[in-house]
Amino acid sequence: MRKNLNVIAAYSIMMVLILMVGIFQSWNIALSIFNLCLISAVMTMGANIQWGYAGLINFGIMGYTALGGLAAVLISVDPVQEAWRAGGFDILMSLWLIVVMVLVIRFVLKRFEKSKIRTYSIAAIIISGILLIRFSAEPGIEAIEAVDPAKTGFLGGFGLPIIFSWIVGALFAGGLAFIVGKVALGLRADYLAIATLLISEIVIAIIKHEDWLTRGVKNVIGLKRPAPYEVDLQTTDWFIKLVEKFNSGKLSVIENLADRQAALNQLVIEGSSVFVKLCYSGLFLVVVIILLILTQKALYSPWGRMMRAIRDNEEAANAMGKNVVKQHLLIFILGSAIVGIAGAMLVTQDGLFTPGSYRPMRYTFLIWVMVIVGGSGNNFGAILGGFVVWFLWIEAAPISLFLINFFTAGIPETNALKAHLIESVPYFRFLLMGLGLLFIMRYRPKGILPEKIEIK
Amino acid sequence: MSENILEINNLSKYFGGLAAVSDCSIKVKRGTITGIIGPNGSGKTTLFNLIAGNLKSSGGNVVFDDENITDVPSYELFSKGLLRTFQIAHEFSNLSVLENLMMVPGNQSGEKIMTALFKPSLVAQEEAVVKEKAKEVVEFLNLGHLSNELAGNLSGGQKKLLELGRTMMVDAKLVLLDEVGAGVNRTLLKDLGTAIEKLNKEKGYTFCMIEHDMDFIGRLCDPVIVMAEGSVLFEGSVEEAKKDEKVIESYLGRGSKIKDTN
Amino acid sequence: MDFVNAIILLLNYIFIPALTYGSQLALGAIFVTLIYGILRFANFATGDMMSFGTMMTILFTWYFQSLGVSLGVLPTALLAIPFGIIFMIFYMLLIDKFVFKYYRNQKSPPVQFAMVSIGVMFVTQAVVRIIIGPGDRRFFDGEKFIIKAREFKEMTGLNEGLALKSTQVITIFVTIVLVSLLFWFLNRTKTGKSMKAYSDNEDLALLSGIDPKKIVLVTWVIAGILATIGGALYGLDKSFKPFTYFNNMLPIFAAAIVGGIGNPFGAFLGGYVIAFSEILLTYAYKKFFMYILPESMEPSSLVQLLSTDYKFAVSFSILVIVLIYRPSGIFKGKVL
Ligand SMILES: Nc1ncnc2c1ncn2[C@@H]1O[C@H](COP(=O)(O)OP(=O)(O)OP(=O)(O)O)[C@@H](O)[C@H]1O
Ligand SMILES: [Mg+2]
Repeated sequence: MRKNLNVIAAYSIMMVLILMVGIFQSWNIALSIFNLCLISAVMTMGANIQWGYAGLINFGIMGYTALGGLAAVLISVDPVQEAWRAGGFDILMSLWLIVVMVLVIRFVLKRFEKSKIRTYSIAAIIISGILLIRFSAEPGIEAIEAVDPAKTGFLGGFGLPIIFSWIVGALFAGGLAFIVGKVALGLRADYLAIATLLISEIVIAIIKHEDWLTRGVKNVIGLKRPAPYEVDLQTTDWFIKLVEKFNSGKLSVIENLADRQAALNQLVIEGSSVFVKLCYSGLFLVVVIILLILTQKALYSPWGRMMRAIRDNEEAANAMGKNVVKQHLLIFILGSAIVGIAGAMLVTQDGLFTPGSYRPMRYTFLIWVMVIVGGSGNNFGAILGGFVVWFLWIEAAPISLFLINFFTAGIPETNALKAHLIESVPYFRFLLMGLGLLFIMRYRPKGILPEKIEIK
Repeated sequence: MSENILEINNLSKYFGGLAAVSDCSIKVKRGTITGIIGPNGSGKTTLFNLIAGNLKSSGGNVVFDDENITDVPSYELFSKGLLRTFQIAHEFSNLSVLENLMMVPGNQSGEKIMTALFKPSLVAQEEAVVKEKAKEVVEFLNLGHLSNELAGNLSGGQKKLLELGRTMMVDAKLVLLDEVGAGVNRTLLKDLGTAIEKLNKEKGYTFCMIEHDMDFIGRLCDPVIVMAEGSVLFEGSVEEAKKDEKVIESYLGRGSKIKDTN
Repeated sequence: MDFVNAIILLLNYIFIPALTYGSQLALGAIFVTLIYGILRFANFATGDMMSFGTMMTILFTWYFQSLGVSLGVLPTALLAIPFGIIFMIFYMLLIDKFVFKYYRNQKSPPVQFAMVSIGVMFVTQAVVRIIIGPGDRRFFDGEKFIIKAREFKEMTGLNEGLALKSTQVITIFVTIVLVSLLFWFLNRTKTGKSMKAYSDNEDLALLSGIDPKKIVLVTWVIAGILATIGGALYGLDKSFKPFTYFNNMLPIFAAAIVGGIGNPFGAFLGGYVIAFSEILLTYAYKKFFMYILPESMEPSSLVQLLSTDYKFAVSFSILVIVLIYRPSGIFKGKVL
């Protein structure tokens, strides 16, 4: 118990902070923060099992997040029949060609010894294959994108409940990680970082520009929800009764019946959005807890022991018969898949998919700050990092605005410098993150909750 | 099954222009304890690294148990029964002593993540067996009181013991020991020697050991191979080696004799 | 005639832009490679440091413009660059003192350095955005073209125009001068040679009495010069936007790695390798084929291998190919 005291203390402080936001700002904001904290926690758990368990640098988190988001679109949106009729055949043809190309390459790789000629012929196959595929897909893509471009202009998805996308997102991300890992793992740590960063940029480029699949920068809005809609709630009897009951004290002081009704309506509108957010919180919390249990169990199993051994000394682990490359690939896939889940959760909560919003600062480096600040190698630390850093990321602007006003209280509003600073408030979050990271790395290099080596 | 468990043919390794191992040919007979000696920098460790798949060779081949293992990665050699220890201890510093040993056995079902997560009883059963074994080894190495200590906190000599302990966790055919004795105290060194002999006799391990301590070599090894400048200078019994002109010269320069290090 | 037109077309849309872009990348890549070779870490704040230097240059440019100082046909920014460099070096030394020095003394592993550089990246991004904002800034003034496309057409009677922007000429000229000076410094002066020795083998260099403090200082000074000039040239030629600078880090890193990281000459060439591949692969060759092929064989599509949106894919592919087949870079050989 005493060992876990700092864990409990850290989490309690975090909860109090969020509650304070609820009390002083609004419960809506507090719950938004809480939900995104939970999603961030899932992302940090993914990054943490790569970095903390295995020492692998993955600067491609953004790409896996976006793939998870794409899964949410492809699973939940109804198929666009017209687009399928217009260009579905061409797309399927091209897909088939890709499969053929991959099979041919595999055949060549298996069949022939490694040689210059083999390398060149594979390059030739890839280049001609890409040209052929582009050629065959072009008319289909154009036809699809021409189908009612303002509303659809893409193939749509499978029309399934969006919650399935949380699993499919994991599969997408894991699949990409498999390919990336095959190519890039085994590179030196800093090269791996660059390579993964580049790959994530490529993924985003594809998502942004392949409109037939993703609608690109036109965004996909109005995704189905796993939670009820506010408007429906506002007209549901049991919900109105619930709100009335909760606020009976507040309402009973109002004498006038009409005023009371108006106040109730207002409360119902507020309550509905809080209720919806609570539904999401519940779902996300379930995911976080399941993942936490699984990752903890894994860490303290013989598998986790092997991973920790590999992290400590790859050469010796190799000599003890552990296939380090294979295990690295596995953990790269697992971690990325978890990030994929988070990506799907994020889009599910937002109800929209905006490829233009995927930026490396927000979706890769911020997550790294979370892992390092929280405590790499420790799942509780990683989750805490997700909470703390997200909270600061959101509250940085109000805090810095407050500070600027405080320190420049004597200066009139018209002062150019003051006005400029107030205008720049959104960028203080970068400063805060950077300084936070630098301080933690210097004075508490193992994070707020350092990895504990538990000996059973 | 041939008489030699290990055959090294014309093996070479260049680092840039430096030939750390050059055109080296060695045969190790089954069931022997073969010693390898030679001055510092004569390529002994590099030779082990080549055999054990830690380095890619520049030429030549290695045959282990009638199978060509040139440039086979080291994790595959483990399952074929070829184990090694490192000259500079390669402990897993953030694992406990016991865990260092428990991680060794191959094919543990708990090492597959799905089994680890979803078949806890099976894993627990296996773990109990592995733990029992690890405890035996720990006791044998006189490290019992340190079972739960992090390996990173052990002394240099204790780490070397742990290295040896790891090879005792499984049934090996050939064990390459790179200066296991260095930094281990006299009494323990005797026990170590006894352990090596016991493993050799009772379990049929073949050993190949690099050592600078001539006493230790003299007690255990037959034959002994002397390396100099990356290739084999001499092969024979320890007594012959001590008398051999070439060997003496390579070791200490002209006119000296190999002293028994006491 | 058509053949000449085709050549002019390639010159105008591929060769000159690639040479310019390549020079800009090359300066950045040498910056990366120097930091890597001597301070021994991958600096993820590269793009943002370049954006800091450029920002300072822009601020001075504005100041000079407000004073009415100008260089006539040349952009005022050229006058501002030296001041930008001074502030840039000051900023870098400040960061080194408060951030990197500690880890250097601790002999931290490169991965930790890389993480720290991410902290620096965040801070620098914030500083730049707070001072100058995240928007697009153009700060070019003076004569825009040396040869205008229309004039060229009139002069030669060709269909294709060749436009030569003054920023392109300035970029190439400055790069040649700067890089020559740098290589002269590294190969001929005592300090340069000791930097080389330090990069090859730190312990040996220290034994032979080289002062590591001085090496580090000189490295940051050179890095500051390269980062500011490279950034300012890019900004003059295109425009200054902090986010673009951050993203430029990727092709710059690719160039440094392709050239064999730690090797400045390799990085220099690597810049051009990346720039030429990127532009060659994303250019639409339709017009080119229209000139050289008979009318009957004219292509209907754009004949573009890769959409420009996928330019990162080019850097990446080159990087992967090089790392797989020549892990130490194409221009291996002597390091630094
Ligand atoms: N990775 C490497 N890179 C470059 N040179 C190396 C490398 N490993 C070993 N060498 C060189 O190869 C030669 C042989 O080294 P090796 O470690 O095999 O010697 P050794 O016989 O084990 O010596 P000792 O008895 O001191 O352990 C030495 O000159 C050493 O400097
Ligand atoms: Mg040795």
